[in-house]
Amino acid sequence: MTWPILSVITALPTVGALLVFLMARGGEEAAARNARWIALWTTVIVFAISLLLIARFDPSQAGFQFVEEGRWLASTIGYKMGVDGISLPFVILTTALMPFCIVASWKSVAKRVPAYMMAFLVLESLMIGTFSALDLVLFYVFFEGGLIPMFLIIGVWGGPRRVYASFKFFLYTLLGSVLMLLAIMALYWNAGTTDIPTLMTTAVPRSLQTWAWLAFFASFAVKMPMWPVHTWLPDAHVEAPTAGSVILAAILLKMGGYGFLRFSLPMFPLASHDFAPLVYTLSVVAIIYTSLVALVQEDMKKLIAYSSVAHMGFVTMGIFAGTMQGVAGGVFQMISHGIVSGALFLCVGVVYDRMHTREIAAYGGLVNRMPLYALAFMVFTMANVGLPGTSGFVGEFLSLIGTFKVSLPTAFFATFGVILSAAYALWLYRKIVFGALVKPSLATIKDLTFREVLTLAPLLILTILFGVYPKPVLDMSAASVQQLVTNYSHAITAVKAAALMH
Amino acid sequence: MNFTPAGYSLLPVVPEIVLAVGAMLLLMLGAYRGQRVTSLVVALAVCLLILTGALELWLLPAGKLVTFGGSFVVDSYARFLKVLALVGSATTLLLSLEFLGDQSRRIFEYAVLILISTTGMMVLISAGDLIMLYLGLELMSLALYVVAASNRDNVKSTEAGLKYFVLGALSSGMLLYGMSLIYGFTGTVGFAGIAAAAKSGSIGVAFGIVFLLAGLCFKVSAVPFHMWTPDVYEGAPTPVTAFFASAPKVAAMAVFVRVALTAFPNIVHEWQQIVVFVSIASMALGSFAAIGQRNIKRLMAYSSIGHMGFALVGLAAGTAEGVQGVVLYLAIYVAMTLGSFAVILTMKRNGQPTEQVSDFAGLSRTNPVLAFFFAMLLFSLAGVPPLAGFFAKFYVFTAAIKAGLFTLSVIGVLTSVVGAFYYLNIVKVMYFDEPAGAVDPMRVELRTVLAVAGIFNLLFVAYPGPLVSAATAAAKSLF
Repeated sequence: MTWPILSVITALPTVGALLVFLMARGGEEAAARNARWIALWTTVIVFAISLLLIARFDPSQAGFQFVEEGRWLASTIGYKMGVDGISLPFVILTTALMPFCIVASWKSVAKRVPAYMMAFLVLESLMIGTFSALDLVLFYVFFEGGLIPMFLIIGVWGGPRRVYASFKFFLYTLLGSVLMLLAIMALYWNAGTTDIPTLMTTAVPRSLQTWAWLAFFASFAVKMPMWPVHTWLPDAHVEAPTAGSVILAAILLKMGGYGFLRFSLPMFPLASHDFAPLVYTLSVVAIIYTSLVALVQEDMKKLIAYSSVAHMGFVTMGIFAGTMQGVAGGVFQMISHGIVSGALFLCVGVVYDRMHTREIAAYGGLVNRMPLYALAFMVFTMANVGLPGTSGFVGEFLSLIGTFKVSLPTAFFATFGVILSAAYALWLYRKIVFGALVKPSLATIKDLTFREVLTLAPLLILTILFGVYPKPVLDMSAASVQQLVTNYSHAITAVKAAALMH
Repeated sequence: MNFTPAGYSLLPVVPEIVLAVGAMLLLMLGAYRGQRVTSLVVALAVCLLILTGALELWLLPAGKLVTFGGSFVVDSYARFLKVLALVGSATTLLLSLEFLGDQSRRIFEYAVLILISTTGMMVLISAGDLIMLYLGLELMSLALYVVAASNRDNVKSTEAGLKYFVLGALSSGMLLYGMSLIYGFTGTVGFAGIAAAAKSGSIGVAFGIVFLLAGLCFKVSAVPFHMWTPDVYEGAPTPVTAFFASAPKVAAMAVFVRVALTAFPNIVHEWQQIVVFVSIASMALGSFAAIGQRNIKRLMAYSSIGHMGFALVGLAAGTAEGVQGVVLYLAIYVAMTLGSFAVILTMKRNGQPTEQVSDFAGLSRTNPVLAFFFAMLLFSLAGVPPLAGFFAKFYVFTAAIKAGLFTLSVIGVLTSVVGAFYYLNIVKVMYFDEPAGAVDPMRVELRTVLAVAGIFNLLFVAYPGPLVSAATAAAKSLF
């Protein structure tokens, strides 16, 4: 490697945003057109470069690759980037989904297009940075910085209750994160550095582990979101524009899970072990309770939002099981959910653009006029249910197996979530797609346009591909997950052995 | 230049002498040529401030200089903060050009008063004993009282001036009382002497510290001595408010830190609890009280109260890291504040200034660039990364965590979330609401100030090195 590939893909979208600022001139129409094309090209180029990462990535190595280092705030707080098998899938997920978001916003966003594209491009920079930062302070800067563009995206281009939703999103997330910031500082003074690879191998005193774990948990649980701090998510999802929902569900939520994998488990193994029952409980409550809540929703986006909370419950459960299958399942579930929930929000966007309502009752019998849409929506619904053969199955199954080995009751109750998810997802599908097309407003509805097929088809292929052949993702993360799990169980057994000696 | 007895060299005070003499010359110029030379006086005043800064940085030899028998100290700490105060004053003069351009308000004395006040600040920052501290503080404050009332025909402005004066006199009284107690119980006024004499457990010294700190809290507008701030900020002409919010705060905070750490380094725990209380109270009040404000100047007043609370977090730590945090906080705070006031000064419709938060409605559509920079400054004031304001908070809280002040830190970051609400509210008004009509074109000097402040704010994250190392050096010179 001769050039800083991670810094390049992190910085490029911001450069694209600058280009939009400089070149989106002329009349409103011309400016909007320029902005769309610049944004699309930028995201496509970034995606193409990120494919180089896959090509050059060595999956047999557990450590960090493509590492870049530079001086930043102090000699101990540096600029350090790098990816391992756990973060690389998220980087690729981000770069891969961005072009779809831009295309999905092509027609549906009509006002202040240049500003919209700039916000999305800056957000992409910050998301890639979050997943590839190898310094805690740098991570925090990227992690929190993403709030600003997302706040504007929800608030400016959102629905009727956008102001409430954007404030709730911003303040909720900020509240969780500031406590993590204090924990970061405490870790800094404990280890004398904020370098993540060093911190992973530095022992943290037991009491500090507990407090720091709780502080990190405050941030990631809100971001994830876990029950009971999930209430910002349905609001944010409902009000955000389609592409905003996609990014929120597919990538921003994954920062929480990524945080657990990157910080909580390796840096505070003992606290993670101590608090695992708490996480199990919250996860199971999330899986069952939010699935039930999803059953009574009248708004399509809200239903999918609640289903996201339930699916994230499987992720947290799998991660804190601390077993190979659980952690690998958590990672896979996040990637799969990123693709599937993103696609589901795109599907909602398709009918919303035509009818300008997300009420489930306003639809029915769409299969008669929109066969292609019905097909795509069906595949994603099945993936959301976790039907074997779709990517949703692999992640859920692995995390359940992983948990089964550690905590039988948790796995037992979580399995109910699979049934419940089938209930609400199939109910949603039946209400919208099946039945007779009797509503007069739907009589002239058109099937998917070429642009929409272009956005949904690749996601559909990936959903099925990862369902029958999950190897690429699992292999990519295997070595890093293995190392994580080994270190985690070593730390636990060491303490248990020490306790026995006394 | 060493034409005086040893220990009484004039060299370290050359910048102050140049500034003071220059101010008097400009006063002569104005007095003989009348009000029509106002703009010339302002321009020369800016040049004079720049010259003073240059002298401070490049004429004086590096290292610690002490003169007047230890009552005047020039070290890295003083240099950093003096330059910051000079930048604040010079920028304020730029921001005042429009205010002074008005036919009815061509008062050249304004510029001269700011110069005199700045001289006071420089003396204050370099103060090495209580006498010098008091001289600098009064020189600074007396000029400020007059400047606050500089819009002579406006009731609010004169009221602001009077209020500031009366409460300022009260605080000076407390300060003097505290000083006399400290002198009485330690037998000296020099900071070094006090440090050697002040023993733990002396009731007299403790009382003295309380009164001394109360007087200083008044000057930095920290709770519970903040009451004058919203009224004075609202009543004073907007450029004057910008001035109050920047340079004098720097000078007062500078001497606050210097007194606490050089005069009482051995009885840290006696003043630490006071600073912790004041800091928590300021952060909380600044955050909660600002939520209800509709007037942007009052809002900035509460915001500045909160920010002084955050800066005091660094002092509460009482370590070199803490001082580094305070110094950085002040530098970043000055940039954010002056940038914000450049925007507030621009908010005019048909020549009429508008001061309500609701007047910012839809600014992102009528003036997108202006709104963008202001939004970034507001996010920065709220302490959201990757903007400069985040790093200001980062350094003070890092120091507090190292010093074990966990309660203070947790309360501090939680109030910063509350504070984020009202900053976000302005962003919301600018970005989410329907436009309230275009504002008048931005003047070139305001544009420059906003651009410099905004770019500093955005790019600090990319290149923080020079400022951070300057702050580190400044902090080291106090220990």
